[in-house]
Amino acid sequence: MLDYVTQVSWSPYIAGAGIGILACLCFLLSDRPLGCSTGYVKISGLIERTIRQDMVERNEYYHVIRPAIDWQLVIVPGIIIGAFLSALLSGSFQLVWVPALWGDTFGYSPALRIIVAVTGGILLETGARWAGGCTSGHGISGTLQLSCASIVAAVCFFIGGIAMAVLLFRIIGL
Amino acid sequence: MLTALHRQTKTQIVLGLLIGIAFGFLLQKSGVTSYSVVIGQLLLTDFTVLKMMLSAVMVGMIGFHLLKRMGLVQLHVATGSVGSSLTGGIIFGLGFALLGYCPGTVAGAVGQGALDALFGGFLGMLIGAGLFARIYPVLNSGILHKGEFPAKTLPQLLQVNEWLVIIPVVALVAGFLLLLEYLGL
Repeated sequence: MLDYVTQVSWSPYIAGAGIGILACLCFLLSDRPLGCSTGYVKISGLIERTIRQDMVERNEYYHVIRPAIDWQLVIVPGIIIGAFLSALLSGSFQLVWVPALWGDTFGYSPALRIIVAVTGGILLETGARWAGGCTSGHGISGTLQLSCASIVAAVCFFIGGIAMAVLLFRIIGL
Repeated sequence: MLTALHRQTKTQIVLGLLIGIAFGFLLQKSGVTSYSVVIGQLLLTDFTVLKMMLSAVMVGMIGFHLLKRMGLVQLHVATGSVGSSLTGGIIFGLGFALLGYCPGTVAGAVGQGALDALFGGFLGMLIGAGLFARIYPVLNSGILHKGEFPAKTLPQLLQVNEWLVIIPVVALVAGFLLLLEYLGL
């Protein structure tokens, strides 16, 4: 049992089946889909409220998604803790500025990597909120409910992703 | 349904944290919190992400619908639209490849020490959330409702019993995964 916990990686089928069970537990115990892009809206709203309280109180979106420390927010630090435990137990925790695949193609300058990552993060969260969910909310929780919106969104995540990855690594970075 | 449990706000916060920890642990163990694995999937050279997601969908689909039959869970689906699901999905995809993580795996990558995920991705996600809150009123009175889908779920769209969709979908997904293994991908 302990051997299993300290392994660097599990079969994606086993880990995936575990996430499928976890998604069911979410519906059963918390009456909500397993998803995490809403948490970022809450964190962002809480930070912004300390600077510009009136803006957050007036904003229509923060009335739909209330900035508060609740289920949807704590899942984000939860994921960080869970991944940290997993990496720590297997001895694979490592501080890295630039992933090797990026570095070998575009160089190991942290500045360039961070600029592109920030841009990616902005598009990622904007797109997630635009579509009403992310790879977990739509890709897993919505698709397993056979939601039309989720299936269309999940397919588009990969269409957009493949297009940009090909542009980056097969055209620009060649 | 476990309505009494659902109403206990404080217990729910603890549950959210525990579910997050389990989710992060499984994401990290499956390998999808690594930049190279995500980009490998988008370049169609490494199918770990799809294997994990489709395995979760198969198990979850059967489990969820069994629980629903027992009256223990209910559907949580929204009406999608071309303007929302398709446009948002493509924007998400572009960010997915630029960042090399998704909203869940970027948090997982932070946990395993990826500093580009913390100072790049995480920061960008918070900026993106603030940005979206500002443009939401305009989007909500326009594009988000353009071309709304006629039904919320596939069984509703096809007007058939849900198991007549679940069984062929699970069989198709299993067949696709077997094909991936057969091809050595």
